[in-house]
Amino acid sequence: MAIPITYNIRNMILRRGLTVMTALGIGLTVTTAVFLMMLLAGLKKAFVSSGDPLNVLVVRKGSTSELVGGFAKDKLPILRTLPGIALDSHGQPMVSGEWVVLVALPRKNGSGNVNVTLRGMEQDGIELRTRHAKLLDGRWFQPGQAEVVVSKSVQGRYSHTNVGDIIDFGKGPWKVVGTFDGGGSSYDSEIWADVNQVANQFNRQNAIGNVYLRATDPVAAQALKHRVSDDQQLQLEGALETEYWDKQTSSGGGIKVMGWIVGFTMAIGSIFAAANTMYAAVAYRSREIATLRVIGFRRGSILTSFVFESVLLALLGAIVGIVLMLPFNGMSTSTSNQATFSEVVFKMQLTFPVIGWAVVFAVVMGLIGGVAPAWSAARRDILAALRD
Amino acid sequence: MSTATVANVATGTKLVQARNVSKIFQRDAFKVTALDNVSIEIAGGDFIALMGPSGSGKTTLLNMIAAIDRPTAGELLVLGKNIFSLSDTQAAKWRNEHIGYVFQTFNLIPVLTAFENVELPLLLTKLSSKQRREHVLTALNLVGLGDRVHHLPKQLSGGQEQRVAIARAIVSDPTLLLADEPTGDLDSHSATEVLEILKRLNTEFHKTIVMVTHDPHAASYAHVTRHLEKGMLLPA
Repeated sequence: MAIPITYNIRNMILRRGLTVMTALGIGLTVTTAVFLMMLLAGLKKAFVSSGDPLNVLVVRKGSTSELVGGFAKDKLPILRTLPGIALDSHGQPMVSGEWVVLVALPRKNGSGNVNVTLRGMEQDGIELRTRHAKLLDGRWFQPGQAEVVVSKSVQGRYSHTNVGDIIDFGKGPWKVVGTFDGGGSSYDSEIWADVNQVANQFNRQNAIGNVYLRATDPVAAQALKHRVSDDQQLQLEGALETEYWDKQTSSGGGIKVMGWIVGFTMAIGSIFAAANTMYAAVAYRSREIATLRVIGFRRGSILTSFVFESVLLALLGAIVGIVLMLPFNGMSTSTSNQATFSEVVFKMQLTFPVIGWAVVFAVVMGLIGGVAPAWSAARRDILAALRD
Repeated sequence: MSTATVANVATGTKLVQARNVSKIFQRDAFKVTALDNVSIEIAGGDFIALMGPSGSGKTTLLNMIAAIDRPTAGELLVLGKNIFSLSDTQAAKWRNEHIGYVFQTFNLIPVLTAFENVELPLLLTKLSSKQRREHVLTALNLVGLGDRVHHLPKQLSGGQEQRVAIARAIVSDPTLLLADEPTGDLDSHSATEVLEILKRLNTEFHKTIVMVTHDPHAASYAHVTRHLEKGMLLPA
């Protein structure tokens, strides 16, 4: 049996000043890592949760995003006749031809204009997104009217976006008639309007940007995707909406790189802090270690005990770091989508995987920081240690 | 420790056989002889006191019997086994099974209670939690500290601390009890209490005891007193 855990815990309590300072040091590093992971988790949720596995996005072959491309409008009727498309509430194939354009809106805080995604869609566009979008206030836009519905997040961040306000972009004024909740998806960063109005105001009447098809089931969705992509005459590409949004998470690349650099640098500091504390513990308890060896505990038991204590210290740091970041859970922030050059609004997410990785990160720091001092404790000559 | 489990070595059996044991330390450019050709035999049931001035080599000899120090030359058999042939891990296991060690400075773990300190050697055995508890309480009762089970070392007097240390040394019923100046840090009253316990362990429970001491009064509790001087064992 190993040296009892109570030995480690009580020693940590006995030297509580040093324990708290070290845990705080590790905690701050964990805080940084958790902060960056929360950003990435929020961003991932915004993109990944945007997709519906039954929706098939059709874009021009070679197009990398909805913003780039567009194809002849006469392909739209062909797409409507494809088998496997679900019917809408009017008994028609649930298909939405759309245009996605960027409009510059003034920030409420006066820090200038920012590109926001304006999505022009058919009425079916709303119906095939009911999984994510819920109307909160007012009503949806009417076909043929210069009306927009804005997401709650957009309303919170930009001027003239309340229901009843007039907002100016394209060729003329638009009336804000409703607010919707995008449910944490990337639709939370969008403004929706009638596709024909958008096409008119942005001089794109003869083409369509992309098309959404609603499949009857997952198998039909896959079949639709392949049918569109394999048709040599159409020259279009089909993708499940979930796959498309997953690719868009490249916006988090910068955060990831920054996270690695900052996290790694701070982790080195924390490892030294943990090692320093454990070296002090080993020096302070030299005679105790020798006594345990005389009693019959092996070097391995001493090594394990001190590494364990270092990990305990790091776990304490993990708790500190996670607790410090709790108030940031659900906080709205934004980044620039590298694929569309528009602003993506998302909420920081303290998810279980984030907590799990924070704990793993702390444990690794504790392990690395604890091994060398624990090794020195285990290797210490009994007689020399007894004389300390 | 119960009377049923004691005396696992018959009285009179040769427990320790040291033959021409020498220990030479290298201190900078000088060689210091801690033990010089020492030969001694200790039989089961003995209570022997090793006396001598500081630096005479008595603690070195004690540490060798405990397999925590090694000789430069000579042979030391404990229970018929050459303990210096043991690896570090084997020596640790061997100590746990056969040696109870009492330090001058008690060396209790400050953050553990009297019970937990005494339980430490038993954590290395296959005893169940219930059995360990029985053994610990028996050992603590034997040294008169049954009412101090949950006290931390800092809540005990020096004499009580040393009695807990003795309980820890005997709880696994070792073959040999080694005591290095067990009364060196105690007042005379506490010292007498400790010595009475050692005497009782020897006479009542037939424990073989090797005690290093400066104190002739302490030595008077032993059956035999051997003197060391400048690393040499003087004739009995």
